[in-house]
Order: sequence, then structure tokens, then C-alpha cells
Amino acid sequence: MLRQISGSIAVAEAIALCRPEVVPCYPITPQTHIVEHISTLVKSGQLKNCSYENVESEFASMSFCIGASAAGSRTYTATASQGLLFMMEAVYNASGLSLPIVMTLGNRSIGAPINIWNDHSDAMSVRDAGWIQLFVESNQQALDVHIQAFKLAEALSLPVMVNMDGFILTHAITRVDMPTQEQVDQFLPAFVARQKLDTDAPLSIGAMVGPDAFTEVRYLAHHKQKEALAVIEQQAAEFHEIFGRDSGGLIKSYFAEHSEIVFVAMGSVIGTMLELIEELRTEGHSVGILSLRSFRPFPANAICNALGNAKQAIIFEKSFAVGMGGVLASEIHMATAGNDLKISSVIGGLGGRTITKKSLGKIVECAMHGELDKEVFLDLEGTTVVKELRRQQEGQSSGPVAENILRDMGVVSASKTL
Amino acid sequence: MSKEETSTLNPSSRQTVKFYQTGTFTVGNRLLDEEFRTVQATTERSNSLDSGHRACQGCGQALGARYALDAAMRATDNKIIAANATGCLEVFTTPYPETAWSIPWVHSLFGNVAAVASGIAAALKSKGDSTTRVIAQGGDGGTTDIGFGCLSGMFDRNDDVLYICYDNGGYMNTGVQRSSATPAAARTATTMPVGDNPGSSFNTGKYLPTIAMAHEIPYVATASVHDLHDLERKVEKAMTFRGARYIHINVPCPLGWGSQPAFTIKLSRMGVECGLVPLFEAENGQLTDSTKIRYRIPVEEYLKLQRRFAHVLKPHNTHQLDAIRAIAENNIKRFNLL
Ligand SMILES: Cc1ncc(C[n+]2csc(CCOP(=O)(O)OP(=O)(O)O)c2C)c(N)n1
Ligand code: SF4
Ligand SMILES: [Mg+2]
Repeated sequence: MLRQISGSIAVAEAIALCRPEVVPCYPITPQTHIVEHISTLVKSGQLKNCSYENVESEFASMSFCIGASAAGSRTYTATASQGLLFMMEAVYNASGLSLPIVMTLGNRSIGAPINIWNDHSDAMSVRDAGWIQLFVESNQQALDVHIQAFKLAEALSLPVMVNMDGFILTHAITRVDMPTQEQVDQFLPAFVARQKLDTDAPLSIGAMVGPDAFTEVRYLAHHKQKEALAVIEQQAAEFHEIFGRDSGGLIKSYFAEHSEIVFVAMGSVIGTMLELIEELRTEGHSVGILSLRSFRPFPANAICNALGNAKQAIIFEKSFAVGMGGVLASEIHMATAGNDLKISSVIGGLGGRTITKKSLGKIVECAMHGELDKEVFLDLEGTTVVKELRRQQEGQSSGPVAENILRDMGVVSASKTL
Repeated sequence: MSKEETSTLNPSSRQTVKFYQTGTFTVGNRLLDEEFRTVQATTERSNSLDSGHRACQGCGQALGARYALDAAMRATDNKIIAANATGCLEVFTTPYPETAWSIPWVHSLFGNVAAVASGIAAALKSKGDSTTRVIAQGGDGGTTDIGFGCLSGMFDRNDDVLYICYDNGGYMNTGVQRSSATPAAARTATTMPVGDNPGSSFNTGKYLPTIAMAHEIPYVATASVHDLHDLERKVEKAMTFRGARYIHINVPCPLGWGSQPAFTIKLSRMGVECGLVPLFEAENGQLTDSTKIRYRIPVEEYLKLQRRFAHVLKPHNTHQLDAIRAIAENNIKRFNLL
């Protein structure tokens, strides 16, 4: 059924169609509307046989998920940003214990300086945590990929994180096609746990593992993520068959195989990029896009193939490793080693800064003239940076950076719902 | 002991049968023929926490956990799932690939056991399973310090979990550091007996049983491992309630306390008899009962068997001894122990 609703409501209703049995939550912008809506669905009786709990922290929320999942329940939660960091120890634990928990991350920056808007710093902070990490371009995909996430998590007994851009997707009201319960039931079988706390068949879960077996346990986690590469593709195809839509998969190529210059990116920025390259292509320019829908497992082969004919790749990221640079860029470097490919890293959209078609157009223009630097910070206000650097050189007591910059730029921080 | 020797024993002499060890495994008297076994080793026992674990000799926590869980198993027709915080109990029971647990058991992290247990309870609820019950267990550090937030949340929501804290007065698994349950003046690796006020500072720390009572949960109790019948009774009683319940068990730790392994039971009793370890029960935030001290002993009798308090008994530290006496006195009044 076609509905005109926000990304959060769409996701909440899709989650309900997946019949989760336990949903703990904790508020943090911009994912809050998802769990709020699930609470209404549970309280009104629309979502049955589901224990919903507003717990006391994100650390408790993920720990609650761990217990519930280990007890054999289909388990879901959502968080973002600081919330993800607050639950970090449990995030690693959930994957270490191979528990098929599904979590939405309403992608948001990480402070300080505190900022509620979108970028991918939160997702990148757990890139080594052992979770499957999927990214979505639109609200339709967000809805669809959550349904696939449960099936994927349970098939592999691994936790899955669906990354959806905060505000840009969570708060955007768009048209979505909401599947029926019958369709979802056909696609998603009842949960059968690989390991379960059961009084009839007692198991110990979470034993101490020493040097004698630790490597093997960790290797198996890696191996399982590699297995996920095929499972993600296969399930996306199954999804296509039942729902008639192409959602999910490892990567999505928009002319990437046939273009000289290719943007590589994840998430909602693909929409802006598509508008740009449609224009450029009608003007006869050879520009394409490679959208990464699965970041973990990292589909290195698929990326390498998709970029096989490209001359330049512009890796666009909404986060970076401070002191190193673009994380995705360095991973693409590794995946395409041996290709004759020039790679540039463009960092943009940090803390919710708008990524305009115009700014991206300039990047492509530079690339076409062979003038794109290896590392670019999109729309960086150089004069402000220089001014602050000078202030720091002039004296030891130059004060807090963020506040200095805000004063220089005349910006008033506008948010109340931190 | 050979088969021949055991067969000469008279079954009526049950309680005199001694535990003994073979190889590296403490097997108790479960190697004996059934009729000669002590009550601790009857075949009816569920042995939730089985032999073969790696606790130190004389570990009060191993004893407390074994009795608490078997009592809970009896009370629930063997329908117990347990979650464990990181700490001695977790480490000594599950050296990979072995486990001493014969019940479904999960260990996640140091500071989240209450929330993990709440999650299990939520899963059971959504499945409509009201017969399987959940126990969370942690050491004093995992309970009063790092896991306090999750525990308070569990109390707040009145989740159907029995939380058992094994209080040995410090972070023993990491080498005896101070926790907020470490008694005043006690020596730990982070509160050494140096300076004017040797050992852990006075007027610090927190007492979780009364904090649990302040949450007005259905049932709170304290117990100690010298009176195992009392401990069992309290666990069984806890299982008659629904909602959040808390039992705080005093468990002497020979390694951390600097006491003889053979004195674990003795120290458990002496702690109670001198007034430093009050035993009581509370329902919905109200004290309902407390165990009277039968033969009151001076606190120094209790302290002198533990190296962690050696400095307190030195002549120049009488101010510390007086302060500890005052704590015992206060407990006696507060919990009505005489
Ligand atoms: C987040 C975290 N911090 C610290 C530790 C290290 N650690 C493991 S067990 C432990 C001490 C446990 O003390 P307690 O809870 O009192 O249990 P005990 O070992 O005394 O029975 C510590 C500090 C850890 N595992 N995780
Ligand atoms: S250190 Fe203490 S609590 Fe830990 S196993 Fe040894 S006696 Fe038991
Ligand atoms: Mg302890």
C-alpha cells in the first residue's frame, strides 16, 4: 500500500511487520520517532507478543537485547551517535556472542562539539565491531532493508545494523510502498535460534576463551562476514521476487562500469549525486556512481569489478579518521590495488552541512581537469580555519575552538533537542 | 578413600563424612556410594554449579552460589536461567572449553548483568513462559559500582529477576582492589595500609541492600554462607514473589581477606555475630525481619583473623578500631539485631 509518511514511521511499521518479540529503547535524536511509534503499536495491540521496554540507557538497551536474543527472541532496537558510543561495549559483545539482533542507526555526528545532525561518524566508529552494516539511499530502501536485515541476521546468527541518514531520511516525509503482512511472512520465516538459553537443553554462553582458541573464534567471525557477501545478494534477489523491488544487495551501480569518473558513496547522498550525473551525462560526460549498500561485510571484489573501467574514483564520505583521512577511501584503495585508478577522497556533509549539487559539480569539474586533490574537505571555510590557527599561535590561552569559530562565523547554535 | 573403607561407614554418621580431593578436581563426597553421602551431595541436588570449577580453596562465593542456585532450582521445578557478570564466579566456572554450570547460563559483560537478565525475562514474557525464572548474579564490584545503573533500572521497572550479589568486599578477580562495598579500613591493592588512615577510608562506600529497599521492590534480603539454611530459605522465598528481588550474600574470600581457607564459615558467622554483617529481610521497602545475634562478639575477634585488617589492631590505630565498633553498634540499632 502506498503511504505518505516519514522515514521513521515507515521503518517502525516495517519492524512491526517483522514481528519482533523484544524491543528495548532509549531516546536519542534522530532515531527517537522509530521507537516511539513502535511503543504505540505495542500499546495499542497492533503489534502482539512483543515486550517493549523504555530502559535507562543505551548500554542497558543493547544489554537487554543481548539477554533477549540469547533467550531465543527476535530482538530489535535503534540508536544514534552518542547513544551508540554509550552502548559500545555491548555492541562488541552482541557480535562476539553471534546474536542476531537488528538495530537501526539514525546516522548522526559524534561530539564534542555536540551536534545532532547527520553524518556517518557513528557508523564508522563501529566499523570493526563485527556487525553487518548496511546503508540505505531512500526511505523505501530503509523500510525494505530492515525486513531483509532480520532474515540476514537470523540466517547467519550475526547482528545487523541498518544505517539510515538522520533527518535527511528519518524525518523526511516521502511516499513509500508498505508491504503486506502476508508478503513479509512469506519472506521472513519464524526465528529459530542457533544458540538459546533453554532449561531443557542447558548451555553455557559467554565463556572465557584464552590464547588457545581465541584466534579461531575471531577468525570464524571474519569467515562468517565473508559468507554474508553471498547471502546478502541472494536475499536481495528473493526480496525482489516477492516484493517486486530492487532493494539491498552489496552495491548498486549507476553507470559505474561504463564511466571514466565514478563517485563512490553510501546513503542518501546518492540521491543528490544521481541528479548531478544525469545532467552531466546528458551533456556527454562519462560520470557514474557506485553506491555501497553493504559496508560490512566489505564487498571488495564487487567494488573492484565495478570500478574496473574507471580512471578516477571520487570517494565521498560523511566522516573521516582524524589524523588519517577518509576511511572508505583507504578501504577502496585496498580493494582496487592493481587497478590503474586515481583515487581522491572527498569529505563532506559533516555535522549535517548541506551537500549541494553545485559543490559536487565543482568536484567533478576539477576531476575532469585532472585537478582534484587527493584529499578535499567539501566547502571548507578556509578563512575561518586560518583565523583560529592564528589565534592559537598568538597565545596559549586562545580558548575553546568550537566557541571561537561560532563567534567568528556569527552562527547561533539552533538546537534544543540534543 | 577406597570402596572397602567407605562401606564400613555407618550411614547414620552422615555429617561426619569429610570432603576430600582427588587430582585437581574437588569432588566432595559425590564419589561415595549414595547412602554414605552428606546432605550436600545427595543425588536429588541439581548441582547447578557443579564440581570441577577453579575457585580458590575456601571460596565463600563458590559455596554461596551453589546453595543459592540449587535452592532456586528446587523452588522452580528446575526452571532457572542465570546471567552472570564478569568476576571471579564467571571466571572460575567457565575456563574454556569447560563449564561448571549445568543450568542455562550466559555471561555478557561486567556492568550489564541486570539488563541482560531483564532482557531474558522480557523474552520469556513475550513467549508466554511464566514458569521459567531468571537469576542475575554478580560480585560486589559488578553490582554496587559498574553495574549499578543497570541494576537500578531493573529495580525501577520491577523486572521479574532475582539479582544475587556475592559481596566479598572488593574487586577480587582483578587482584583485590577497592569497591564501594569494601569495608572501612580494609587493605586492598588500591587502599594500602599506609598514612594516617590506613586502608579504605571511613565515611565512604555504599550499602546496596538499603539502596535496593529504597527502590521499594517486592523483596530484599541479606544472607551469609555460614547459615546455608537461612540462605536457602531466603532464595526460596524470593522465588515466591514476582518482580525485582535482591539478595546480598556475604562471601568470605580467603585470597582477598588474607584469611585461612578453613576459616570461611567461621568468618562468615563472626561477621554476623559482631554486628558488621546484618542479616535481614525487607518487603516493598519495609524491614520485615532480622536475625538476632546469638552470642555477640567484639569486632576485633573478627578482624584479627583477616590480614586486610592487621593494621587496625596496632596500638596506634585505636581510632580505627573505635570507628569500626561504632559501625557495628549502628548496624545493631538500625537493623534491630539484639
Ligand atoms: C568494563 C570492564 N572494566 C573492568 C573489567 C575488569 N574486571 C573484571 S572482573 C573485575 C572485578 C570483579 O569484582 P567483583 O564484581 O567484586 O567480583 P569478584 O571478582 O570480587 O567476585 C574487574 C575490575 C572488565 N572486565 N570490564
Ligand atoms: S579470589 Fe576470593 S572470590 Fe575469587 S575465587 Fe578466590 S576465594 Fe573466591
Ligand atoms: Mg567482589
